[in-house]
Amino acid sequence: MATTILRWCCPGRRWVFAGIGGGSRHGRGVPTGSTSSGKRGQRSVAQQPLITAQKPRKGEREWAAVVGLEIHAQIASNSKLFSGSQVDFAAPPNSLVSFFDASLPGTLPVLNRRCVEAAVMAGLALDCHINRRSLFDRKHYFYADLPAGYQITQQRLPIAVNGSLAYSVCVGKRRSQMVTRTAGVKQIQLEQDSGKSLHDSLQSQTLIDLNRAGVGLLEVVLEPDMSCGEEAAAAVRELQLILQALGTSQANMAEGQLRVDANISVHNPGEPLGIRTEVKNLNSARFLAKAIDYEIQRQINELENGGKILNETRSFDYKLGCTVPMRDKEGKQDYRFMPEPNLPPLLLYDSESLPTGTDPQQVINIDRLREQLPELPRVTREKLVQQYGMLPEHSFALMNEVGLLEFFQNVIKETRAEPKKVTSWVLNTFLGFLKQENLAVSESPVTPSALAELLDLLDRKAISSSAAKQVFRELWRSKGKTPAQMVAEKKLELMQDTEALEQLCRSTLEAHPQVVTDVKKGNPRAINKLIGLVRRATLSRADPTVIKEVLERQLSS
Amino acid sequence: MLGRTLREVSAALKQGQVTPTELCQRCLSLIKKTKFLNAYITVSEEVALKQAEESEKRYKKGHSLGDLDGIPVAVKDNFSTAGIETTCASNMLKGYVPPYNATVVQKLLDQGALLMGKTNLDEFAMGSGSTDGIFGPVKNPWSYSKQYREKRKQKSHGENEDSNWLITGGSSGGSAAAVSAFTCFAALGSDTGGSTRNPAAHCGVVGLKPSYGLVSRHGLIPLVNSMDVPGILTRCVDDAAIVLGILAGHDPKDSTTIQDPVKPFTVPSLTDMSKLCIGIPKEYLTPELSSEVQSLWSKAANLFESEGAKVIEVSLPHTSYSIVCYHVLCTSEVASNMARFDGLEYGHRCDIDVSTEAMYAATRREGFNDVVRGRILSGNFFLLKENYENYFVKAQKVRRLIARDFVNVFNSGVDVLLTPTTLSEAVPHTEFIREDNRTRSAQDDLFTQAVNMAGLPAVSVPMALSSQGLPIGLQFIGRAFCDQQLLTVAKWFEKQVQFPVIQLQELMDDCSSVFENEKLASVFLK
Repeated sequence: MATTILRWCCPGRRWVFAGIGGGSRHGRGVPTGSTSSGKRGQRSVAQQPLITAQKPRKGEREWAAVVGLEIHAQIASNSKLFSGSQVDFAAPPNSLVSFFDASLPGTLPVLNRRCVEAAVMAGLALDCHINRRSLFDRKHYFYADLPAGYQITQQRLPIAVNGSLAYSVCVGKRRSQMVTRTAGVKQIQLEQDSGKSLHDSLQSQTLIDLNRAGVGLLEVVLEPDMSCGEEAAAAVRELQLILQALGTSQANMAEGQLRVDANISVHNPGEPLGIRTEVKNLNSARFLAKAIDYEIQRQINELENGGKILNETRSFDYKLGCTVPMRDKEGKQDYRFMPEPNLPPLLLYDSESLPTGTDPQQVINIDRLREQLPELPRVTREKLVQQYGMLPEHSFALMNEVGLLEFFQNVIKETRAEPKKVTSWVLNTFLGFLKQENLAVSESPVTPSALAELLDLLDRKAISSSAAKQVFRELWRSKGKTPAQMVAEKKLELMQDTEALEQLCRSTLEAHPQVVTDVKKGNPRAINKLIGLVRRATLSRADPTVIKEVLERQLSS
Repeated sequence: MLGRTLREVSAALKQGQVTPTELCQRCLSLIKKTKFLNAYITVSEEVALKQAEESEKRYKKGHSLGDLDGIPVAVKDNFSTAGIETTCASNMLKGYVPPYNATVVQKLLDQGALLMGKTNLDEFAMGSGSTDGIFGPVKNPWSYSKQYREKRKQKSHGENEDSNWLITGGSSGGSAAAVSAFTCFAALGSDTGGSTRNPAAHCGVVGLKPSYGLVSRHGLIPLVNSMDVPGILTRCVDDAAIVLGILAGHDPKDSTTIQDPVKPFTVPSLTDMSKLCIGIPKEYLTPELSSEVQSLWSKAANLFESEGAKVIEVSLPHTSYSIVCYHVLCTSEVASNMARFDGLEYGHRCDIDVSTEAMYAATRREGFNDVVRGRILSGNFFLLKENYENYFVKAQKVRRLIARDFVNVFNSGVDVLLTPTTLSEAVPHTEFIREDNRTRSAQDDLFTQAVNMAGLPAVSVPMALSSQGLPIGLQFIGRAFCDQQLLTVAKWFEKQVQFPVIQLQELMDDCSSVFENEKLASVFLK
């Protein structure tokens, strides 16, 4: 099925900054030039919804940005949305293509039950109204990796509507406060993915891989309730976590299982919304935020310089850090929507409306799916805060890395240490080590049991916290040893022999009469010097608080 | 033997009077003799002989697969056939060999039927004459019948007979001609606006359009998905019922087929006529209707009445909007369905390689004829955002009204509607092509199209020969999924009218067996 065709013009490559407004635009962030405006955009936009333009022309003008998102998530299912072809992202090109996927004439779509369930579950998780009857439509456009010349989607009556997505962003001067925001979910629709075009510019040809053609997608349309890149990224992140928790999508942006298009406009508060642009194919959370903030700032600059915003599609050039118009999306696209005549309306039931005597394999019961919904990330976080008294941002941090929460919970299970201590160790020390070496939680050389044991030693005051850090470093480096072994080997345990400590303290006092005099004169810092001296004498194996107690006792006697 | 009905020849096979291979060879030889009819695009001789061989083995072992085992059939060339070229009579699909069988084809093969070949049609089934395909027009076997020639001799003097051959109607003209010329015992057509019934009427055979959803469309290269139905062309109603019985039923590959299990189709003889109510839609009495068809229509109505049935005039008030409504819906779906023919995955691809868009454009220009391109153009116009509400949505609403007309009539107690199938008998090709495809389609689909809008079953049954010696068929329309009741009425009617067998002796004088049933000939309506 591999087919070689002519090269498509790479979107945005031969880009000309033409036709936008009039007047001069010197020094603007054109793609070939500096990325300074991109950076500026980021700074000024990211933190707050209202942006004060940096180069005001007619006095201080306030700008508000409006961001809506269309998110495509590939459904995790064994087979495609309308055909029996397997779904596997690592398969050789064109090895997973049914006759239907290749649009052979006479083939017909057959809806995959699993994909419908995934859409219903996503709808329920996002508090949507689930339409008991939804319809499929054809959306027409010619593209080499769209074999039928149309995509089957749900334009008129999607499977779920009117939901909401709560997400949190950091605010405040130190960005330490979490605030919950909500974006409306306009609709969730089922649709087909396209194939992939691989442009070989050297040989001036395009190679088509249809493995992805027809894979089920959930399109989640978020209302324009966001106002900056950070909010958009946070909303996408939350959706990602939800879909992963549901198991409806792996939602890995890097692998293209989650793709985001953003609709962006700016206006002066109190005035009607501005003309929007669409920034397409944002494939990482970082670029998503960056692209949106760049585009907001670009629009502001454009308007402040007396220019106009065109209703156009742009793509984000991550190398240049700016958005550029997509050449092949120029001109008016009319998708010529039409009902898909080969698929009858999709009917869903609840326990009440379920017709009697139906084969459960033939119908989908929404109530059944609702019962099976797993715990959603929001609830998990609330539980963490309640159960362990952790800060909300810590609950977010725990859920932000794949496997981190599970790691945390396993440590908690096995240790007597305080949850706060565990949280701190997992989020600071453990996560720090992972990040430094760019490892996933599953790749960690330190097991939850080892960390639990280490925290137990710390909790029993068998070792000092600085010794504990040292043990952790050792554990990270040399697999297979237990913390206790490590402590014994390196002689890191705290001095339990009070007689010996008394002796050391006494000799230290005797050796430093001047410091003792200082203490007695009332210099509050002098005692610390003595503590330090004793600690050094114990090779850091004594608890400073215990040393202080002993010293104070000896000094006052 | 070839002149027999499917049921008769099936019995002969079972009794060993003829072997599948003999039957197959006779049909193949007749196909060659009648090649000038242009009924077949592809003759699958090797495949058929192989199938016959296997069938023969089964018969020898006494393991026949059923009524269709060893029976030669033909399939319209818009049904996918694995390993056999499927062209839709279009440059676009010339040389295209599907890797799979349409469900209906597979069902025939599973029953042991012998596939003689793929029959001619209008390009992508767009037409009503079987004149607009790249392989040229299909000639109506009746052009060469004794019945027609004798009448012509009386009238015309010295005209070149061969240049006056008649069209078959369409778009399943190849299938109708194949059955009519005895080259097979049943053929598949497709019916979107009358494409099975129209050529059936012109060729003097039975043409059945089953209820939408009763027979799988999987593998049928679509014209209008929401109206297409595989059609059945046979020499008698019973044969159509046998084939329908095999084809009907849910297909997991076609989500629009009904889920309910389908009972086997047996067509009982109609005994109690008093319980039957026949509706005569008054809107079908149009000025364009030929007086001959009109008089046969009323004769038929009288026949029912005289035999005790209740015959009443009914109204289908939205009929007159059917043609224009169909035009919008059909072209819209055509525009969509044809989008896949871009030369990338299969089919024709032009040599132009300046850009992908240029390649698409040239491929499609070279691949499609004017009729197809014209429909794509109109369809895309109707689907434009600015036009969608005014055209497509309105047409859908009208379609619903048309369908409701039928529901109302059937709810009022009517069992079956009786109408003409065509305006007149088949016309000579020279006359037919005086009008363009669009005009012809609009005229010729007049009585048949509304049925597709409503998804109802309908059957054209040949009634009698016109004064010119050409067949005229009448149409029965039934309630949705009451195909059996429809066929019961059609069978009764068929028995009453005793339509004459085509006499093709000049055509194939060495095929004497064709005329075994000659005694049936010249039996006219009493």
